[in-house]
Amino acid sequence: MIDIIKLNKSFNGHRVLDNLSLKVETGSTCVIIGRSGCGKSVLLKHIVGILKPDSGHVFVDGKEVNKLKDNELDALRMRMGMVFQGGALFDSLTVAENVGFGLIEHNHLSRKELLERVEESLCLVGLCGIGNLMPSELSGGMKKRVSLARAICIKPDIIFYDEPTTGVDPITADSINELIRSLHDKLKVTSIVVTHDMKSAYKVADRIAMLYQGKIITEGAPSEIQNTDHPVVHQFINGLAKGPITETLEQFK
Amino acid sequence: MITLGEKILSFWYFLGGLTSLALQSFYWVFIPPLKKDRIFEQAKKAGLDSLPIVSLLALFIGIIMALQTAVQMQRLGSEMYIASIVALSLVRELGPVITALVVAGRVGAAIAAEIGSMQVTEQIDALETLATNPIKYLVVPRLLALSLTLPILALYADIIGILGGYFVCVYKIGISSSMYLHITFDSLLFKDLFTGLLKTVFFGMIIAFVSCYEGFNVEGGAEGVGRATMRAVVGAFILIITADCFFTAVFYFIFP
Repeated sequence: MIDIIKLNKSFNGHRVLDNLSLKVETGSTCVIIGRSGCGKSVLLKHIVGILKPDSGHVFVDGKEVNKLKDNELDALRMRMGMVFQGGALFDSLTVAENVGFGLIEHNHLSRKELLERVEESLCLVGLCGIGNLMPSELSGGMKKRVSLARAICIKPDIIFYDEPTTGVDPITADSINELIRSLHDKLKVTSIVVTHDMKSAYKVADRIAMLYQGKIITEGAPSEIQNTDHPVVHQFINGLAKGPITETLEQFK
Repeated sequence: MITLGEKILSFWYFLGGLTSLALQSFYWVFIPPLKKDRIFEQAKKAGLDSLPIVSLLALFIGIIMALQTAVQMQRLGSEMYIASIVALSLVRELGPVITALVVAGRVGAAIAAEIGSMQVTEQIDALETLATNPIKYLVVPRLLALSLTLPILALYADIIGILGGYFVCVYKIGISSSMYLHITFDSLLFKDLFTGLLKTVFFGMIIAFVSCYEGFNVEGGAEGVGRATMRAVVGAFILIITADCFFTAVFYFIFP
């Protein structure tokens, strides 16, 4: 279970996360929605321990992430996979080396086992046999899928997705959604998906939470979110230009 | 507008960040495993690939040194000393410093740009999520490669520079070949070579730390990477010359 309690984080005096609390049950998929730049990625980076909170706590299976020792944190990270927005593939390494990176660095598998695991992960995202290509030879959508393959290659129990369907064509987007869904169904992976693609959110989510002004303003099952009467959530999920979100922006101007 | 106070403050931040990076790197150097192939790869980039430009510069500096001193020495009728002046100034100062500056411009800029792009495209974050410390993975191999290859490069530059002086003196001024070599080796003491090469170990560390630091601290896309690259080269130049001045003063008192 992932338990976030009263998390605060500011950058240059600008408060990005404001007393944020959220619980994600083991084996469930939680989708966090919100506008671009509202701190969704920052939240993910706190859970994997890349960013340190100003105050507040993040617990993963009862262990507080930012109080762990280096080797304990590494052990925890080998149970987590992260799919980055732009892929974040290492461009000096081949696709296969990228996908197998975690295993090469930490597990002492034989070369044969390693290659099998890499190929298996690549096939799972529908990219069999591209191991020898360099990341610069791939399209944006392929990079995203390779990033997903890299995340699942270490067989994690928890996967974080940072906008997995943004910037890919609708068909690829749907196949990514299917993949998130099947990882959840078959392997009982706990997932947190950060997105502003509502179609994807409805498809993969067990729970949807909306992040607005540094807080989770609402949380519920997809059907509850769809029928919400919360004006902010209503404006966001229906993609309306007029509403409370844009009105507060007007006030700032 | 940036005030003087802000500039001084940002300079202290820079020194503080650099020191912190240096301390962490020294810590990680001693934590196994040390991946040898990664160090060799960096050593090839820093050392082997710098040979052509270092050769060119060292050769020309040797020739220039010999020609410039020749004018003065011929006036005094003591052409013999050209050899010792060229040898001493190259081995003690010019060889190490020129090599360090060339490597700072060539390799330091490349490191800052590479790590900077990795930072911008979240590759550094990706390293961390794959339970790999970025300092261990990126800084340590570069640090070791630079501080090991720079003395070798400097020694090579010394030899090529002396060769440049040799060509001028033997083929233009008319000093005999055996005489030139005899005076060169007579005037050079072990401490000259030792202090010259010892400095370059530190110059290598300076280049590694400054360029990695600037790379890690890139903000804001392609423009930020460009700025970091420039700051890495300028910062390394300033610190190398400052360190050189410091070492020369220290050696002056230790090995008079």
